[in-house]
Amino acid sequence: MFNNTLNSPAKKVLAIAGFIALALLAPFIAQTFGGNYWVRILDFALLYIMLALGLNIVVGFAGLLDLGYIAFYAVGAYLMALLSSPQLTSQFADLAQLFPAGIHLGFWWVLFIAGPIAALFGVLLGAPTLKLRGDYLAIVTLGFGEIIRIFLNNLDRPVNITNGPKGINAIDPVVFFGIDLSKAQELFGIKLSPGLMYYYLIMVLVIAVVFISLRLQHSRIGRAWVAIREDETAAKAMGINTRNVKLLAFAMGATFGGISGVVFGAFQAFVSPESFVLWESIYVLAIVVLGGMGHIPGVILGGILLVGFQEVLRELAEPAQKMLFGHVYIDAEVLRQLLFGLALVVVMLYRPSGIWPAPKREDRPVVRTRSHSSRLEGGM
Amino acid sequence: MDIFIQQVVNGLVLGCIYALIALGYTMVYGILGIINFAHGEVLMVGALTALSAILGLQYLFPGMPQWLMLVVATLIAMPVCAFLSYGIERIAYRPLRNAPRLAPLITAIGISIILQTLAMIIWSRNPLIFPTLLPSSPIDIFSTGAVITGKEIVIIVLSFVVMVGLLLLVNRTKLGRAMRATAESPRIASLMGVNPNAVISATFMIGAALAAVAGIMMATNYGNAHFYMGFIPGLKAFTAAVLGGIGNLAGAMIGGILLGLIESLGAGYIGDFTNDIFGSNYQDVFAFIVLIVVLVFRPSGIMGERVADRA
Amino acid sequence: MPPASPHPLLNVQHINKRFGGVQALDDVGLEITAGQIYGLIGPNGAGKTTFFNVITGLYTPDSGTFMLDGQTYQPTAVHEVAKAGIARTFQNIRLFGEMTALENVMVGRHVRTKAGVFAAVFRPASARHEEAAIEDMAHDLLEYVGIGQYAHYTARNLSYGHQRRLEIARALATEPKLLALDEPAAGMNATEKVELRALLDKIRRDGRTILLIEHDVKLVMGLCDQMTVLDYGKVIAQGLPQDVQKNPAVIEAYLGTPAH
Repeated sequence: MFNNTLNSPAKKVLAIAGFIALALLAPFIAQTFGGNYWVRILDFALLYIMLALGLNIVVGFAGLLDLGYIAFYAVGAYLMALLSSPQLTSQFADLAQLFPAGIHLGFWWVLFIAGPIAALFGVLLGAPTLKLRGDYLAIVTLGFGEIIRIFLNNLDRPVNITNGPKGINAIDPVVFFGIDLSKAQELFGIKLSPGLMYYYLIMVLVIAVVFISLRLQHSRIGRAWVAIREDETAAKAMGINTRNVKLLAFAMGATFGGISGVVFGAFQAFVSPESFVLWESIYVLAIVVLGGMGHIPGVILGGILLVGFQEVLRELAEPAQKMLFGHVYIDAEVLRQLLFGLALVVVMLYRPSGIWPAPKREDRPVVRTRSHSSRLEGGM
Repeated sequence: MDIFIQQVVNGLVLGCIYALIALGYTMVYGILGIINFAHGEVLMVGALTALSAILGLQYLFPGMPQWLMLVVATLIAMPVCAFLSYGIERIAYRPLRNAPRLAPLITAIGISIILQTLAMIIWSRNPLIFPTLLPSSPIDIFSTGAVITGKEIVIIVLSFVVMVGLLLLVNRTKLGRAMRATAESPRIASLMGVNPNAVISATFMIGAALAAVAGIMMATNYGNAHFYMGFIPGLKAFTAAVLGGIGNLAGAMIGGILLGLIESLGAGYIGDFTNDIFGSNYQDVFAFIVLIVVLVFRPSGIMGERVADRA
Repeated sequence: MPPASPHPLLNVQHINKRFGGVQALDDVGLEITAGQIYGLIGPNGAGKTTFFNVITGLYTPDSGTFMLDGQTYQPTAVHEVAKAGIARTFQNIRLFGEMTALENVMVGRHVRTKAGVFAAVFRPASARHEEAAIEDMAHDLLEYVGIGQYAHYTARNLSYGHQRRLEIARALATEPKLLALDEPAAGMNATEKVELRALLDKIRRDGRTILLIEHDVKLVMGLCDQMTVLDYGKVIAQGLPQDVQKNPAVIEAYLGTPAH
């Protein structure tokens, strides 16, 4: 019955187990062979994967082309920054009086409220787009993303809320049962760097996001999203309230984006509008599209490949050029972007469903064992 | 009141540039139904190519009159951009004619990124000075208190000449007829003997030539050119095209000028209206807000859209 | 569902719809009794699909009254129409191509079920039961229309005839009071039409009401209890098939005026 041995259940379980083991050990491996720099790379990779999984709901499941997704990341990050740093109390004397010890809501509380707040933004930004067709939807969402960034960049006058382009720093780190994750700890003689601890925190969240995404995918809502993606008119004719279902996609995607942002804020301890430029939205979209739209393992793979490749390039681009040509012709950064652009074009031309798309189901006839007699005759 | 005239003048100049770029977007959307995301980069290449041409001319023919250098540089940049746009269509759009909508948009973004990085490599990551080859001393406009410069007058006049030229092309020539037919229905046009691929290529090339001129105007007006100069104006010009009615040439022209005026007047007066809470640093936001408002409340634009029937 | 006692199910009157200079529907009205198969015929361009689109909410009418099962319904929100009880198929089949046949029918159950995000993520017992019931009913419906063994086939891979049946199954999944079929026999060969007729008979026998647009006059005459004939947006005949058949206006519409 199983023609393709790679898909045999035993091999699948083994592959997944292997992957999980690798994922659990990765930061230690990185730390040993590369040091803290590479552990932090892993952390950012996980953050991007979480973002991509959120965008996957909007773009991959529901087919809504959002080019401004990074705005929700910004919402989460700035929520963390404003509610858990000296920024507001240093700017507004009234607040400083109300909160003499400063506003330090802390990661966990911010995380708790960031979800609903981000979801609200998702609905607000999604609502005007409901009647738009594909390209227009993309441009409008792009516009929203830019509008939010411009506001973040300029809300330092007349009152300084966001501190403009300078950004907000001294953001509180995550404190887990009294353990400050931004300070190295030691457990059973093993040194745990902040990067390492954050890795596991983020990974737990990624696993939660994967779990929720999978559950949503195989549910009434998930089917409604795919129906809308396939044929919105037919979906409406079957009674799906497409407006609400689309808003739900935006809200869920925004929630994940916002949560990622909160983690980002705490992790980096600094946020500025620079981190939320259009390029970032495109980057996350690329992970989803190049990885495998709508296919969760593909998106994860896409994240790993894109971030990994980017870092490898950063390390090797200039030494390699020196070795080959004796001279650095192209900056690592510029080369990275050039290859990124090329990757977008090439993948779309030759493998448009992504590197690891949802596997094509084989059409197989049903063999039903349930008896089903009297229900059919006499109507339903 | 004195800043009103000034802002109108500024807006007119800006609007003419937007109009030229918008024409490229609208023609492509009218025929293919896609947003040529990479169009903004074409104008950037036009400006930078002209810059190199000017530097070359200055080196080779130092005695050449400045305005002539600009003309020659423009005449060099236009075909370069035309062929670039032709190439983009062949590589990134044509193979994906039947793919889902997302695919050509992604390739367009990819091409956009490639062009920007190539520009960074070939020219520079930093803004480059674009020589002022047209008179730029302010001329008083009667006694309104507003001023205009020679180069701004050239921009406005030239834009109108180009726009009229384009309208003549589209309405009075064989190619124009073919373009209009293909824009209505490529299938039926081909049944009438029109080669839709040739028409599509021509559309891209004409739009690119216009963008090149617009890019050079921008560079002349602001005095610099850099790899990122095309992106935001491109987006705004697309907004202008939608505002006027996508696929509609006259709409693109009107939309462009209108958007320029809105932006300029908005930036000029927003401080007064909002008690300086929002200043002209929010200028870019106007175009986006216009876009969102138009698409939500009147998606067919001011003059109505004209998109191909691709049944 | 036991055969319904005859009562007016769909009563729509004075429907007008104009597109630019064309009056697509001109004071069109009809009444369908529960348990009937009702035919809507007319030459090409008569306005049949426009009528369908108006009563199912895809087009906004310029005027008209709309009553389903004794209650007024608002034909402007498409999904509300399905919720109220009219389910339709399309002239050019509109399935969810990438989904399997089973999933297509399961989507049809959306309007009668309620699991939301919370239920999807946490899967309480009630949600699990609902999912199982959805899947079971989908399987049952696929068998009912005769394509049970294709449940796991991707919809776009099915043959044309099977796709048409799938669309019917999906519409039935919404538990409609009125099943509106837009040219379900288009493109079918004689054998397939015989099977379709048997299916429609079965659906009627099981108590459901059908509104049918069809071009195949023979099929329609043999199947329908009552008919309306449209031409150029106007109703030119209404009533029993045998009467409509003999109506001179109808003959003229289809065949033109006889040469003298």
